[in-house]
Amino acid sequence: MELDIVELSRLQFAMTAMYHFLFVPLTLGLSIIVAIMETVYVMTNRPIWRQMTKFWATLFGINFVLGVATGITMEFQFGMNWSYYSHYVGDIFGAPLAIEGLMAFFLEATFVGLMFFGWDRMSKVTHAVVTWLVAIGSNFSALWILIANGWMQNPVGAGFNPMTMRMEMTSFFEVMFNEVAQAKFVHTVSAGYVTASVFVLGVSAWYLLKNRHTELARRSIAVAASFGLASALSVVILGDESGYSATHTQKMKLAAIEGMWETHDAPAPFNLVGMPNQQERETQYAVKVPFVMGLIGTRSLTTEMPGINELVTEAEGRIRNGLIAYDALIEIRAARDNAGTETVTRFEDHSADLGFALLLKRYVDDPRLATDDQIAMAANDTVPGVLPLFWAFRIMVGLGFAFVAVLAFFFIRASFYNMRFPRWALRMAVIIIPAPWIAAEMGWFVAEYGRQPWTVDGVLPTALSVSNLSVAQVGLTLSGFVALYSILFIVEMGLMLKYIRKGPYMDVAETDAWMTQHNRQLTNGSPAQPAE
Amino acid sequence: MILHEFMDFEILRVIWWGLLGVLLIGFALTDGFDLGVGTLLPFVAKTDLERRVAINTVGPVWEGNQVWFILGGGAIFAAWPPLYAVSFSGFYLAMFLILAALILRPVGFKYRSKRDSALWRTTWDWALFIGGFVPALVFGVAVGNVLQGVPFYLTEDLMSFYEGTLLDLLNPYAILAGLVSVAMLVMHGAAWLVLKTEGLVAHRARGFGIWAALATIILYAGAGLWLANGIDAYAFVGDIAHDGPSNPLMSEVAKGGSWMSAYSERSWIAIAPTLGFAGAALAVLGFLAGKEGWTMIASKLSITGIVSSVGLTMFPFILPSSIAPNASLTVWDSSSSHLTLFVMLVSAVIFVPLILAYTAWVYKVLWGKVTAQDVMENSDSVY
Repeated sequence: MELDIVELSRLQFAMTAMYHFLFVPLTLGLSIIVAIMETVYVMTNRPIWRQMTKFWATLFGINFVLGVATGITMEFQFGMNWSYYSHYVGDIFGAPLAIEGLMAFFLEATFVGLMFFGWDRMSKVTHAVVTWLVAIGSNFSALWILIANGWMQNPVGAGFNPMTMRMEMTSFFEVMFNEVAQAKFVHTVSAGYVTASVFVLGVSAWYLLKNRHTELARRSIAVAASFGLASALSVVILGDESGYSATHTQKMKLAAIEGMWETHDAPAPFNLVGMPNQQERETQYAVKVPFVMGLIGTRSLTTEMPGINELVTEAEGRIRNGLIAYDALIEIRAARDNAGTETVTRFEDHSADLGFALLLKRYVDDPRLATDDQIAMAANDTVPGVLPLFWAFRIMVGLGFAFVAVLAFFFIRASFYNMRFPRWALRMAVIIIPAPWIAAEMGWFVAEYGRQPWTVDGVLPTALSVSNLSVAQVGLTLSGFVALYSILFIVEMGLMLKYIRKGPYMDVAETDAWMTQHNRQLTNGSPAQPAE
Repeated sequence: MILHEFMDFEILRVIWWGLLGVLLIGFALTDGFDLGVGTLLPFVAKTDLERRVAINTVGPVWEGNQVWFILGGGAIFAAWPPLYAVSFSGFYLAMFLILAALILRPVGFKYRSKRDSALWRTTWDWALFIGGFVPALVFGVAVGNVLQGVPFYLTEDLMSFYEGTLLDLLNPYAILAGLVSVAMLVMHGAAWLVLKTEGLVAHRARGFGIWAALATIILYAGAGLWLANGIDAYAFVGDIAHDGPSNPLMSEVAKGGSWMSAYSERSWIAIAPTLGFAGAALAVLGFLAGKEGWTMIASKLSITGIVSSVGLTMFPFILPSSIAPNASLTVWDSSSSHLTLFVMLVSAVIFVPLILAYTAWVYKVLWGKVTAQDVMENSDSVY
């Protein structure tokens, strides 16, 4: 396959973003789990909880640093590889990124140092506050990043300015309270909480299987199972919310996820499994569940959901509309400040479809010269790759339900069976450690690949967003990142495993002494003594 | 939202030009000493214990410091989108070098002392050196190129094309500017090490600090003289509206004259280079006299003066184009929209004071020297 600059740039973005998101979900969730543990320590004064805090914080730190390191790439590669995108939508997209730095990233990064180095320099309560600030900072960070990403999915609160040849913000309020962004935020951070819970659960289960650090492991499972169960339910519910908002914001993405080629009478059935075929425009071997899609997508029995073929026809109309806007835009630009009101009105009436005219740039320099065939091809381009979306979505959802089941099981055993866990369940908990990462990466794949051929849905085509670089340049940085990231991944995994094998190593004597005394008191039935 | 109409577009642009300067100076003052310590690491600290002492002086703070850099990128994106689009894609491979170095650096800090192997630790020490030296050099090289103008042009669609290569960036003047940057940040790193360590590390850092401060003075003077005599400036032809649309192609720009004419038009800006020289000179005296705190302050003043002298000299130009001067990016034609600048200003007014307050608190909590004994006693938990 011949890779052109657009595909190379996409590959690089996908690679660096998905790599970055190996570390982010664990940061989001583990920061809160550590803060919960430290809060228990402050409230009960029991050394075991301090040991747990420090142990999980060590693993948090090893993970956090790579999240930070790979996040640097994310902040700068828009300008490097996507310079026309940066120019075209920077007026809106840049703001949440900058506010993320001001409000969130500064907070977490400034306090994370104290979290590790400040134990002896401040009171217990102050240190717990510092840990919470790191957790809050991390989570706020996700909020602003998802506001930025939400705008790419559903570009509200902005309009095109012909004088500056770019999109400009018209309402910050709309950008911030974009329904897509809000649903995505809660869905994404909850997914992070599930990831961290499954991680803590799995590592603790491994200790129980090896009969090591059992006190730490049992307590950690109690925290992870309850926090994780609540989060897993939230992921599923908010995932449904995301799907619902996509029915009126990103109809094509939803139809592709469903492999729904033809518009179906309401309420549409849900394709449980099947083999979407892009050439034949049908989903073969489909197993359908009646009514379900209509209910999820529209929350009604009577609203129709458009299929892919209908949406392509609609896109063709929007391309022709967009051409009117494009033509007016060229006139306005030539006249500078003196464009006639008729032209301006013509532009404004059709500017919502300007992006669709830009889809033609792939085939012809001046979209106004496009043939009917080219318009039809551009309309067809609005269909993303259906097969990978169809399956990525189903893997994500399937795993999501599996996490609810696993975490519910451990929650019940921890709450009502005196923390006795069958060995098969412990083994399963170890085996499923990588699963949340798979689910999270699938989720991003659905969100971003499903938005193609756009970088900003309906506004800016991906093919137009790239920088004017040579294949050699992008190839060089791509291989550089692959090499660097691969080495760092191996190093990180090595350290993670080393520190998991090593187990808790701080405050060991003190904690063990307290633990022995505590257990003796429990068996003697005398009241627990005040700590330290 | 109509609130933003109460503040002139022109004023907002000037404020955001100033804030961009504040962020870059904030980066140079905080992350600057991390870069300096990284560059000095193999030379001021010879044994493993000495290196751990040096690394742990920045251990708890580098993450926060680095955010100045991230935020600088974010603020350029949000407030000066054309600058972000043109410069980052233009300086493509140079940006990649900076990114690679800055990715290695945090990992080096965090992972270096997590294994005992000598090879492991030496490897990360050199990664930290690269992570300090390369960005320090490349940032200066970039500034040197900006002063000369950068070979880019814009199409009518405002799509940018860059005509140079990585090697073009490494021209003699740019390398001189790069060396100013390295000398200045090494001075700063040495001042930090003298303040935060004792014994041999502090002693060696003092020696390097004196030479770096002297080098800063000489190289900065050289760069200034060269700028005055050998480098063409850029200027608008005719008047330009200060509140017009952000479209760089709507103004006419000519190359010629000297950047130094800024000093006759706005003589007050001479305070910046004066501060640059005086600060470095005071730092030399501070190192010699053993006044650790004063040396650090002098070094900060010098960096503030040097960084701001670039911006003040070029105002209102931000990124001139050497091959299509009309496409040059200036304060008046490459900002975000009126509304976006206002929204960003409101968030900056809320959060920057908060950031400064809690950063100051963190430094206060961590006040005091890092000693070999500290590192040995907390060997498991420190870097």
